[in-house]
Amino acid sequence: MKLQEFQAKELFREAGIPTPTSRLARTVEEAVVAAEEVGCPVAVKAQVQVGGRGKAGGIELVESIDEVRAAANRILGMELKGYHVDRVLVEAAVEPANELYVGVTIDRGVGRPVAMVSTRGGVDIETVAAEDPDAIAREQIDPAFGMFEFQARKAVHEVGIDRSVADDVAAVLTALYDLWEERDGSDAEINPLLVTDDGVVAVDAVFNVDDSALFRQPDLAAVAEATATDELEQRAQDYGFDYVRLDGNVGIIGNGAGLVMTTLDLVEHYGGDPANFLDIGGGAKADRVANALDTVFADGRVEAVVFNIFGGITRGDEVATGINEALDRFDEIPKPVVVRLAGTEAARGMEILDTDRVRVESSLEDAVQAAVAAAGGRT
Amino acid sequence: MSVLVDENSRVVVQGITGGEGRFHTEQMLEYGTDVVAGVVPGKGGQAVAGVPVYDTVSAAVRAENADTSVVFVPPGFAADALFEALDADLDVVVAITEGVPTQDVSRVSRVLDETDTHLVGPNGPGVITPGETKAGILPGNVFEPGPVGLVSRSGTLTYQIVDSLTARGFGQSTAVGIGGDPIVGTGFVEALRLFETDPDTEAVVLCGEIGGEDEEAAASYIDEQVETPVVGFVAGRTAPPGRRMGHAGAIVSGSGTGTAQNKIDALESAGVSVGKTPAEVVGHVADLLG
Repeated sequence: MKLQEFQAKELFREAGIPTPTSRLARTVEEAVVAAEEVGCPVAVKAQVQVGGRGKAGGIELVESIDEVRAAANRILGMELKGYHVDRVLVEAAVEPANELYVGVTIDRGVGRPVAMVSTRGGVDIETVAAEDPDAIAREQIDPAFGMFEFQARKAVHEVGIDRSVADDVAAVLTALYDLWEERDGSDAEINPLLVTDDGVVAVDAVFNVDDSALFRQPDLAAVAEATATDELEQRAQDYGFDYVRLDGNVGIIGNGAGLVMTTLDLVEHYGGDPANFLDIGGGAKADRVANALDTVFADGRVEAVVFNIFGGITRGDEVATGINEALDRFDEIPKPVVVRLAGTEAARGMEILDTDRVRVESSLEDAVQAAVAAAGGRT
Repeated sequence: MSVLVDENSRVVVQGITGGEGRFHTEQMLEYGTDVVAGVVPGKGGQAVAGVPVYDTVSAAVRAENADTSVVFVPPGFAADALFEALDADLDVVVAITEGVPTQDVSRVSRVLDETDTHLVGPNGPGVITPGETKAGILPGNVFEPGPVGLVSRSGTLTYQIVDSLTARGFGQSTAVGIGGDPIVGTGFVEALRLFETDPDTEAVVLCGEIGGEDEEAAASYIDEQVETPVVGFVAGRTAPPGRRMGHAGAIVSGSGTGTAQNKIDALESAGVSVGKTPAEVVGHVADLLG
């Protein structure tokens, strides 16, 4: 779960990380009042959970209240990378200066947290890692102890942060690590951390929370906002499916992440375009099957649907009954459906399926090819 | 022969009184697994499907000589259950639970490093040695004993490939579901190392997916240290960057690390035959084993 910038900055402030003075505004008038309180010049920043807001026109630096009014008027209500902007953060502008980076994440390769400092802030850290790895200091953290103070000092000195702010940057890194640990962060980033005459200040703020840990971060779970950029993804989220919408015309429903991904790959392999990833998970009951079909049929681009179920513990005959019951809820099956059942009681399941309403295939490859053909090939 | 578990394994089920724990205990017993104990704090003295329940793992180990644990404990309590299993000095701990917080798994993995225990998972289907025992939730009926070792990040994809292998007459030595989380205990490299020591595993099928760099690490390891032929498969070629595809660990980063193509290239340059479809994977195995 990604926090909005203003939410992340609130956490940062509580953790003692310096941030510019700011106010959240939902209307142009609120933005004007906010700018009067904060004092011009200010940055007017769209609150959406995507990177690259500046380049996309979602951030404006302005000098006067009139300009605040114009900027808020333009940014509020705009569509930014698929997100509707309904709030702006009005924030005291910080003089452009030296830009640093600090961040904390999990290094999957070793299964340990890693804290990072870079002298090349303002650039995507993965770009820096690829182009100029020496510009990043990385400290692996022992999760049993947390970050030792010396590790923050070491990172800051190794990467060559100016002595005048070295202690400030080390303090920010320590505070960010502690916050990341306490609030179950998955990624935390300050990019850029600006060096000013008075020290350092976090101009941007990224804080992503581990979805699996939301149960013990109730206040963060409570501020979770709908992140779906389209109506279908929202619908799938409400049904509790793992769903990702793509651009193609072959709708895909299956059980198990790896098998569903494989089905998408096969659709492409046989000359089609997958419309979505939809994992119904284990133990497909009729309700869940119907909800999955409802989600996929609601995608106007879908021309055919392939159902790929491997009954493991789940029995194929039960899945087939579920599919029949699900289909009963439609007066007319809107698009051709190909069903492939395998595993436990698959043969029995295929007998139960109503071949007037669905096409039944016993091999995964045949099922995918039938669906690709029914959809009429590539879009 | 086999890896990790065999007919002598004595299994304790942590979380045996929950719905999943109870159901899969019955399934394991039906398959022939020696489920010798269950553990649920506060429920010692009860029995589930004839299996005695203890309050602590160490009591279960003391009373029943358990050496393998299968953990069905819910996410909020899973880390503690895993620490307890590691403390009891078991040979193998299989964590089925999905949704364990990543920082918890990081701490578990830190403690794991100081033990000789093999952790499998979390968020995986477990381990099966066909014809002998299963420690987990894999459907026993699709497996047959034989010479092919399997290691996979995905459950149902494994069943799919195993089902085709079995249909073509290729049984399996052991199948290891390493789990779909960003951090897991036993990874590809460790599983390959174990299979390399098993004389009855004549070929290994490695099923990877997008996210992380474990397949790349496996490729280097295969190149340097593995004699057993390996056939590969990588799911997620069509996955868009920045989107999580079901598994918590299945995500291509914005800058393009973790892609299926990277992994396929790495495996192929290590001499692994990578199938484009599950059927091709089985074809490659047939080419190797005739």
